[in-house]
Amino acid sequence: MVETRRQAVVLLATLVLLLVLPALATAVGMPYLLTLGSQVVIYAIAAASLDLLIGYAGLPSFGHAGFFGLGAYVVGILAFHAADQSRFLGLVGGATQAWIVWPAAIGVCALAALATGALSLRTAGVSFIMITLAFAQMLYFLFVALKIYGGTDGLGFDSRNTLPGIDPSSDTEFYYICVMALVLVLGVFRFLVRSRFGMVLEGLRQNERRMAAIGLASYRVRLVAFTIAGAGAGLAGALDANLLRYVSPDALHWTMSGDLLVMVVLGGVGSLYGAFYGAVAFVGLQSLLSQWTEHWMIVLGPILVGVVLLARRGLWGVLAGASDGGADGGGGAR
Amino acid sequence: MTLLAEQLLNGLQLGVMLFLMAAGLTLVFGIMGLINLAHGSFFMIGAFAAAWVANRTGSFLLALPAGLAASAASGVVVEIAVIRHLYARSHMDQVLATFGLIMFFDELMAILFGRTPLLASVPRFLGGSVDIVPGVPYPVFRLAIIVVGIAVAVALWWLIGRTRLGMLVRAGATNRDMVRALGVDIALLYTAVFGLGAMLAGLAGLLTGPLLSVQVGMGDSILITTFVVIVVGGVGSVRGALAGAMLVGMVDTLARAYLPTLLQGMMQASTADQLAGGLSSMAVFILMAVVLLVRPRGLFPAHG
Repeated sequence: MVETRRQAVVLLATLVLLLVLPALATAVGMPYLLTLGSQVVIYAIAAASLDLLIGYAGLPSFGHAGFFGLGAYVVGILAFHAADQSRFLGLVGGATQAWIVWPAAIGVCALAALATGALSLRTAGVSFIMITLAFAQMLYFLFVALKIYGGTDGLGFDSRNTLPGIDPSSDTEFYYICVMALVLVLGVFRFLVRSRFGMVLEGLRQNERRMAAIGLASYRVRLVAFTIAGAGAGLAGALDANLLRYVSPDALHWTMSGDLLVMVVLGGVGSLYGAFYGAVAFVGLQSLLSQWTEHWMIVLGPILVGVVLLARRGLWGVLAGASDGGADGGGGAR
Repeated sequence: MTLLAEQLLNGLQLGVMLFLMAAGLTLVFGIMGLINLAHGSFFMIGAFAAAWVANRTGSFLLALPAGLAASAASGVVVEIAVIRHLYARSHMDQVLATFGLIMFFDELMAILFGRTPLLASVPRFLGGSVDIVPGVPYPVFRLAIIVVGIAVAVALWWLIGRTRLGMLVRAGATNRDMVRALGVDIALLYTAVFGLGAMLAGLAGLLTGPLLSVQVGMGDSILITTFVVIVVGGVGSVRGALAGAMLVGMVDTLARAYLPTLLQGMMQASTADQLAGGLSSMAVFILMAVVLLVRPRGLFPAHG
């Protein structure tokens, strides 16, 4: 997937817009736009990692919130133990430095994805959807039951993770960190889907039998993809916990998985960058509708049904003209 | 020992409830190839309709048909308006559209009945309890649920295995194009099956109403447990749904009943309580993982 000129222009314009958003928010006197922007960027990271699964690996996961929430809880739990000098399971002390906490969140989620993926990938299709959902829900119940970490009330902490030279209390600086993370993650994913690994994934999605015939084992390749996607969602979760300075089982709830899925489909399945535009549309719709009526879900629900039934290209396809037929050459825009 | 008898019955009752949910869901998947997240909404609609009518009229005998009719009707409407356009689509599209339906129905119920739980009481003629073995009282209502569930299982077996409609359903599951070519109105058949599934979910909902609280979102958690049932039993098979439902119902109930005491023997009380709370709500998922390890296609795979 080498970008067309139109796609490159759209991406560049988006990046510029992202970079000037803090100044813009101050200029128009709507500072909450900055928080909304951080939220969009964080969701975009999680949704992009889900799109890697759905759009490229052809694995319809409905439990992505499990990794998102787990990443958030790693941040929360380490902050909790750092605050009262105690140890997690009596072994690991707390931490608040981002260079320890964030890789820890990514690593924990990658391990969790490896373990649940190893089981889930024994099935396919509709069972895969149900099983990924069930595993995420299992984590949800686990954290609801863990009263020490707040149970259903969740776990709040005082300050964001620290990075050398960065003021963690500054919303603007944190926003830029999120944007950097998004660019980094999209860069890695772009490299991955264009690599041999990505080609194999794409091939497996299109025709598993042929790939098996040329000697490629589906299970291991898919497990790697599942693990990477879990790690991506873990990073997003870690950032989300930092944004809110709070984590609760809601981040693990299955409706969160549904929301991420909505973003992927709104943006365009298998379009990599689409996840971002899907996140913009979802968060935008949600905040607009909820200003209008408290019963905003009664509007959003039918919109979703309509999008599924009528719109098939997604926002990225509309914006950047990526066609359903994969005119951009083999890579992914399907 | 008396506790065990009681818990076994509780497990059976939960299993019956799960079977009512799983039967419809697995039929719809087996025949139409559709995964329907909104199945929990029919559970909720049945419970709300029945509780509302019961509170208005004071009669469970009116509430029962009201709940069944409401859930079946909403199933038929939803099938015609949305679901039938999804049969040819990917599972992901089906998940997403039915996720949208959940949002719609949850919010609709919140607008109609508010967010505070509706009170549903056990019908008077099923109130009280009887001694199942001398000295062990058990609520009549829960026994009634078990009886209803067994009756539905038998009726389903008869319907699918012994009637013309059931024959068409089985044929449709095996080869839908052939059935269509033989002149059967497959669209009507699909609507009927979907409506039947919705009605069973509604039945489960209106029976559960007096045991739990009737509130918005009540169908969501049972939906996920139902998924576990279906995966354990084997997707698309009614026999599997029955076996899976019983297994999941038992495991869930027994884990909740016995894990705390079991763990308290091993560690200090507060840690044990927390661990037991977490483990017992995870028990059915652990069961699912074990079944997947041994039999990836479930205990009773539908085809072959």
